[in-house]
Amino acid sequence: MLKNISFKNIYLCLFLLIVMSAQAQDKFITVASTTSTEQSGLFKHLLPMFEKKSGIQVRVVALGTGQALDMARRGDADVVFVHDKDAEEKFLADGFGVRRFEVMYNDFVLVGPKSDAARIAGSKDIIAAYKKLADAKTPFTSRGDKSGTHAAEIRLWKAANVDPQSGKGSWYRETGSGMGPTLNTASAMNAYAFTDRGTWLAFKNRGELVIVVEGDQRLFNQYGVMLVNPAKHAHVKKELGQAFIDWLVSAEGQQTIASYKIGSDQLFFSNAKK
Amino acid sequence: MNDLSQALAAATHLVVSADANLLVIVSRSLQVSFAAVLIAAAIGLPAGAILATTRIPGRQAVVALLNALMGLPPVVVGLLVYLLLSRAGPLGELGLLFTPTAMIIAQAVLITPIVAALSRQVIEDAWREYEEQLRSLGAGTMAAAITLLWDTRFALATVVLAGFGRAAAEVGAVMIVGGNIDGVTRVMTTAIALETSKGDLPLALALGIVLVAIILSVNLLAHWVKLIAQRHYG
Repeated sequence: MLKNISFKNIYLCLFLLIVMSAQAQDKFITVASTTSTEQSGLFKHLLPMFEKKSGIQVRVVALGTGQALDMARRGDADVVFVHDKDAEEKFLADGFGVRRFEVMYNDFVLVGPKSDAARIAGSKDIIAAYKKLADAKTPFTSRGDKSGTHAAEIRLWKAANVDPQSGKGSWYRETGSGMGPTLNTASAMNAYAFTDRGTWLAFKNRGELVIVVEGDQRLFNQYGVMLVNPAKHAHVKKELGQAFIDWLVSAEGQQTIASYKIGSDQLFFSNAKK
Repeated sequence: MNDLSQALAAATHLVVSADANLLVIVSRSLQVSFAAVLIAAAIGLPAGAILATTRIPGRQAVVALLNALMGLPPVVVGLLVYLLLSRAGPLGELGLLFTPTAMIIAQAVLITPIVAALSRQVIEDAWREYEEQLRSLGAGTMAAAITLLWDTRFALATVVLAGFGRAAAEVGAVMIVGGNIDGVTRVMTTAIALETSKGDLPLALALGIVLVAIILSVNLLAHWVKLIAQRHYG
């Protein structure tokens, strides 16, 4: 009845299994980036090209810009690729980044239901539109997650002299989640939402939502890339990370970014300084 | 209903075409969850057996704690493992964050209490029934624990399957410690979360259907093995 199972052997096997699954490819970097670059499909278009050329695997962890920078501060990434200039410059000033390279831009748009209860469709003035939204108290879904898009949205509210927190619990709804989930919520509630154009173009569950405001200069959305400072975190793979950055701002990288389209729409416009 | 039929069609297409991406994701899911369940069983089953057969002071408190740990929120487990494995954390040197190993650790932490608590109950019930008999045969606590583990193996198989189900269906912890990296740490549940984010609800649901089908197959396989084993060993 008693089977003589050697527990020692079982544990040994388990240990081997764990070690085996831990052995990973050597040439890879971890990039902390934003949900907009991942969910718009840009990385799926961009990375295979770089990986083929360099033999470096790029592992992207997609978070909001705030979280991505936090992750890099902890030393859990080699490169950050985000879109919130103020936060990026603070990151640099605190010594966590080496140098910031501008890579590309796109723009933000305001989307809302076709019925357009706030009567702002077609406007090119985002500040005026924000004022009308607050006056009309129509539902508005915000990321509320300290992402780059959230930071841009907050700056615009400030410029419009509106404190959206006063609408909390009624028309101003913070989802505390990524761009996609926030758009899903807006679509289900027929609410307005502030989004980057890339995620919007790739987004499939639009329901009644359409773009209501676009084309204002204040909707400009710049993306930057930085190597995490090896002086702060010695394990940062600086050669591999820098190789990725160099490629992004090279003629080939810039062209690859510009060639990404959904249908006939270009999602990102490369603008690295020569 | 339109979404549902679209999802079914997409799920069928994914499976029939043996989509290469899907295969990577499915095999990573199985690899991670099987490893986690092996660890959980290796720790949880002996722990449950010993807890069932020994009478140490404070045992009731341990049992209550273990039962409570069955309700551990995956996100909290994910966060704890993240902080442990982060470069700024105590085990940062190992560089395990955002690897499948990190996901195995998180899932194992999550389901070990489940395996331990449920097997403790199963074995304690058997212990109550056979205690006198085993003692009269001169079995010590250790021997009794091993005997009961073997005797209740079919019930314990179900316990382990419950652990596997929880591990394979979990998303919060593996998202945090794995990072949902394409081709490295993307598993079924995080892929579903990603497709939902992109608003591709039919594809997300299709992946969900595939996941349920996989868990069902594993359970059917286990059930079949159990039937054969019962026939041979009674």
